[in-house]
Amino acid sequence: MYHAIVFLPLVGFLIAGLFGRVLGARPSEIVTTALLFVAAVLSWVSFIQVGFGDGATRVQVAQWMSVGDLQVDWAFRIDTLTAMMLVVVNTVSALVHLYSIGYMHEDPHRPRFFAYLSLFTFAMLMLVTADNLVQMFFGWEGVGLASYLLIGFWYQKDSANAAAIKAFIVNRVGDFGFLLGIFTIFVLFGGVTFDSIFPRVAEFANARFTFLGIEWHALTIACLLLFMGAMGKSAQFLLHTWLPDAMEGPTPVSALIHAATMVTAGVFMVARLSPVFEYAPAALTVVTVIGGITAFFAATVGLVQNDIKRVIAYSTCSQLGYMFVGLGVGAYGAGVFHLFTHAFFKALLFLGAGSVIHAMHHEQDMRHMGALRRYIPFTMAMMLIGNLALTGFPFTAGYYSKDAIIEAAYAAHSSAGSFAFLATVIAALMTSFYSWRLFFLTFEGTARWGHGHHGHAAHAPHDHEGVEHDERSRDVEPAHHAQHEHGHHGDHTPHESPLVMLLPLVVLAIGALVAGAVFHNAFIGEGYAAFWKGALFTRPENHILEEMHHLPGWVPLLPSIMMALGLALAYYMYIVDAKQPARLAADHPILYRFLLNKWYFDELYDAIFVRPAMAVGRFFWRTGDQRIIDGLGPDGISARVLDVTRGVVRVQTGYVYHYAFAMLIGVAALVTFYLFRGAH
Amino acid sequence: MFGFGILSGLLILPLVGAAFILTLRGDSEAARSNARWAALATTIATFLLSLVAWARFDTATASFQLVESHAWLTETIRFKLGVDGFSMPLILLTTFLMPFCILASWESIGHRVKEYFVAFLVLETTMIGVFCALDLVLFYLFFEAGLIPMFLIIGIWGGKRRIYASFKFFLYTLLGSVLMLLAIMAMYWQAGTTDIPTLLAFKFASNLQIWLWLAFFASFAVKMPMWPVHTWLPDAHVEAPTAGSVILAGVLLKMGGYGFIRVSLPMFPEASEYFAPLVFALSIIAIVYTSLVALMQEDIKKLIAYSSVAHMGFVTMGLFAMNEQGIQGAMFTMISHGLVSGALFLCVGVIYDRMHTREIKAYGGLVNRMPIYAVVFLILTMANVALPGTSGFIGEFLTLMGAFRSNTWVAFFASTGVILSAAYALWLYRRVVYGPLEKPALQGITDLNRREIITFAPLILLIIYYGVQPGPILDAFAAPTEALLNNVQAALATVKTAAVAAH
Repeated sequence: MYHAIVFLPLVGFLIAGLFGRVLGARPSEIVTTALLFVAAVLSWVSFIQVGFGDGATRVQVAQWMSVGDLQVDWAFRIDTLTAMMLVVVNTVSALVHLYSIGYMHEDPHRPRFFAYLSLFTFAMLMLVTADNLVQMFFGWEGVGLASYLLIGFWYQKDSANAAAIKAFIVNRVGDFGFLLGIFTIFVLFGGVTFDSIFPRVAEFANARFTFLGIEWHALTIACLLLFMGAMGKSAQFLLHTWLPDAMEGPTPVSALIHAATMVTAGVFMVARLSPVFEYAPAALTVVTVIGGITAFFAATVGLVQNDIKRVIAYSTCSQLGYMFVGLGVGAYGAGVFHLFTHAFFKALLFLGAGSVIHAMHHEQDMRHMGALRRYIPFTMAMMLIGNLALTGFPFTAGYYSKDAIIEAAYAAHSSAGSFAFLATVIAALMTSFYSWRLFFLTFEGTARWGHGHHGHAAHAPHDHEGVEHDERSRDVEPAHHAQHEHGHHGDHTPHESPLVMLLPLVVLAIGALVAGAVFHNAFIGEGYAAFWKGALFTRPENHILEEMHHLPGWVPLLPSIMMALGLALAYYMYIVDAKQPARLAADHPILYRFLLNKWYFDELYDAIFVRPAMAVGRFFWRTGDQRIIDGLGPDGISARVLDVTRGVVRVQTGYVYHYAFAMLIGVAALVTFYLFRGAH
Repeated sequence: MFGFGILSGLLILPLVGAAFILTLRGDSEAARSNARWAALATTIATFLLSLVAWARFDTATASFQLVESHAWLTETIRFKLGVDGFSMPLILLTTFLMPFCILASWESIGHRVKEYFVAFLVLETTMIGVFCALDLVLFYLFFEAGLIPMFLIIGIWGGKRRIYASFKFFLYTLLGSVLMLLAIMAMYWQAGTTDIPTLLAFKFASNLQIWLWLAFFASFAVKMPMWPVHTWLPDAHVEAPTAGSVILAGVLLKMGGYGFIRVSLPMFPEASEYFAPLVFALSIIAIVYTSLVALMQEDIKKLIAYSSVAHMGFVTMGLFAMNEQGIQGAMFTMISHGLVSGALFLCVGVIYDRMHTREIKAYGGLVNRMPIYAVVFLILTMANVALPGTSGFIGEFLTLMGAFRSNTWVAFFASTGVILSAAYALWLYRRVVYGPLEKPALQGITDLNRREIITFAPLILLIIYYGVQPGPILDAFAAPTEALLNNVQAALATVKTAAVAAH
């Protein structure tokens, strides 16, 4: 069965990829989607078997490499954590495949699109089923490749190509750490399979390891290096810059890769390695702090973005920060639970946004939306559910998972935990605000579309936050790109999407409503031990799950208060007094620009990494290679040889007595040489 | 028959083909066509013969196999051939790549067609000779003889600055070789033989090892090429015809690495350990420096040439890490790089044949008219950046792991190559393949024809196959690597005990 779950998407990829042009678009769509649905159903079967039965197993597929004491296999490690990820990946992927049949119906390259989607799914499945670090790395880079291909799917757009490369390279920065982390683990444990690592972690609890001339606590440095990989993949603070740009890809891609599955790979990795991280408390502190910063930082940026997809992208980034906070304080169940529920409601939000964009004929700028409630009521209802779940409305999915993380951060009783608690609570307020801002701008108010004059929209009466936008900054670009994508928009009336797109929304909406209530007992409640069966490891001295039940009464209420406050604030600013945002932005232009330009991270990285690398490259080439090495080496020598030759030519006068003189000197020199040599 | 074995057959077969082509008269289209088909038939026959050799080869043992020895210059300097796990895969790589070179030259070579194929076939003999020679003088002879056909290929069938490039190539490699010849003579006076198996067991004095190591290093480092003696490579690549680039990157560069593993490491273990930091430093510089240089190149071939230098940095780093992962990874990188860079140069050749320019600026948006080409180029680019699942990953991962075990600083700096290679390779891909097709000259460009698809298919299949199942190659390296490491450890141990006893 596990062979089928993992390899069916690969089969789909090969069929659509190799024969897509022969088969045509529709058969490619049907084949890949059908295979994914089979895989998804099987995943649920295995989830129930493993999570609520006793089906944990290891499936050997083949040997990969065997070099000295390094043994790497292609193998599946099936436990509750893997089974849960199988469900998330295959369910969302199957729904996104289905949705894309409708969303991409105008695109001439559909076979390629579906092939990429299936390739991505296969790589992601290899990642989550990996039984060793190297196979995980295979999946890790494989999803990176698929992400690169899908972000750059519309290869005619320069911005899409740039975003694709950026995603790949920033991820590679993380992978650089991941690789070194694998090596450290290998040197310590003599193996890279989880079975050879996990049982022996305690032996190395106090081991030291010298890395770059500094003696570290061995497990800490290993975990920090591995976490660097997680930071890249999960777009954590400092390595987050690629995620918002990744929204250049088609919207179903954003839902699948950049919300539900791939970006959670980092969370999965830390959870999978929980036996190691548990013995590296310093590394866990770093995870908590980075998670807290990301949750806060991304939420601040999300407050002011105008592109509907970018708001959700920053929201994803922020929610990933929450997950890391959960892991960092030792409440792995809470972090993974949020991963699980987040997959449903964030995919729902993205696909809902896709439905809006589809209705608006590929308009993504919320300043050109408004009053869509009347035209696409069904989509609105779905987005409403997504928003409720994301902001943690009582008894929806986010209410259980997100609030659990905030409570865990409080219950950690550490300085990092307190910091994370503060950051996540404030972020919860901002999450609520930007989610409802998105909702109100899109579905409420007056219609700011249908004039076909997007260029002047900045001066339209209801344009909020009336600060002139920087023409260079990316947030105004999608309006231009919309024209590249399909070339028509303007005076059409927004229309509801076809059934094939709405159906996935319904499924996800059900997940967003009930996933929290149904599963919270198993994931973080009393069923914890029976459900996880050791897949998430906690040391005996880690009591965080119990302490979460003994909190002061205001702590569990706080997230809900924040949610209500954010909703009220957004309602006031975008419904009651719609001039308020513009006034606020005008009063604080520096702060507004700082947020709008994403804390200027792109500019900063461009100045300290990209440009210097190019300058140094040019210097090495022109000066290093051409002037110094070639100048002193071959070119210089040949020039000197030419000089000498010219000199020799001058000496060759043709007069016999000149030659005779030269010979005499030579003979004299030889005789002198032999005399001296004989003397010694 | 006549006491000649299968390895002699591998050496003689290309020469027979070359002789046959020389007998063809005239320069008519028929004669050219005959020359092409004869060359192709010869290289395929050689490849099949090498497969026979592979079938008879036993990967379980570290000793030399298929050995044959004939009287040659003296009783001590003999015509001795044999292969072990290090050399056998390299011979297969050579014979495997040759038919592709012939195919790549099918239409692109317009003048002196017969001479061109003769040069290639002679080159094949010398390359196989290097990898199966079991006598240092014979090794030297083949090592140097290979220069001549390559010099001619660049100098006669090359691009605009071919004379400059060919002389640069020749002088660099020759200068290094002179020192190697001196070292071989010194070894003969010491050991009384140039027989490689005997020399492998011979213990050279420590101070002599240093000098011998340096002399060989001069030659191998140039061939590799290592920084800072790498500048001949980009020029040679740029000017060489496509097939010349393929063989240069695919096989000729491997001679340096092969030399290290055949001569430097086993015969001078103390010196190798002594100089390992130097090699590490040069390897790191090669990886970082040339990757950055590659980033800024404006010529496609030059960019790939610089990336070759960076990959060879991984090879030297892995070899001198002196552990299983490092050495086997380095050997694997050589095989993988032979396939990947060979295929990449073929890829460049495809568009060069159509547009007659290698300027990156002249291209853009090729995917619109050349979708199959875009896929091929993408897979090769990914193999070049060592994406897991391609053969490039296995080599890079193992060499880095080997280096990490030996010295974390080395692995740290070398791993930045992971980031930089992605940067230059993807940026190249974006500029050449992606984007809108706007340049008027490109409007009529055609996708891969059948001959080209046939050329690329086996290369790509092998690159992916070895990425998923590297076992067949890695296993061949396992036994000799173990033997080598044991010998090195033993040699170093005796030195240490001697040093302790002296105090």
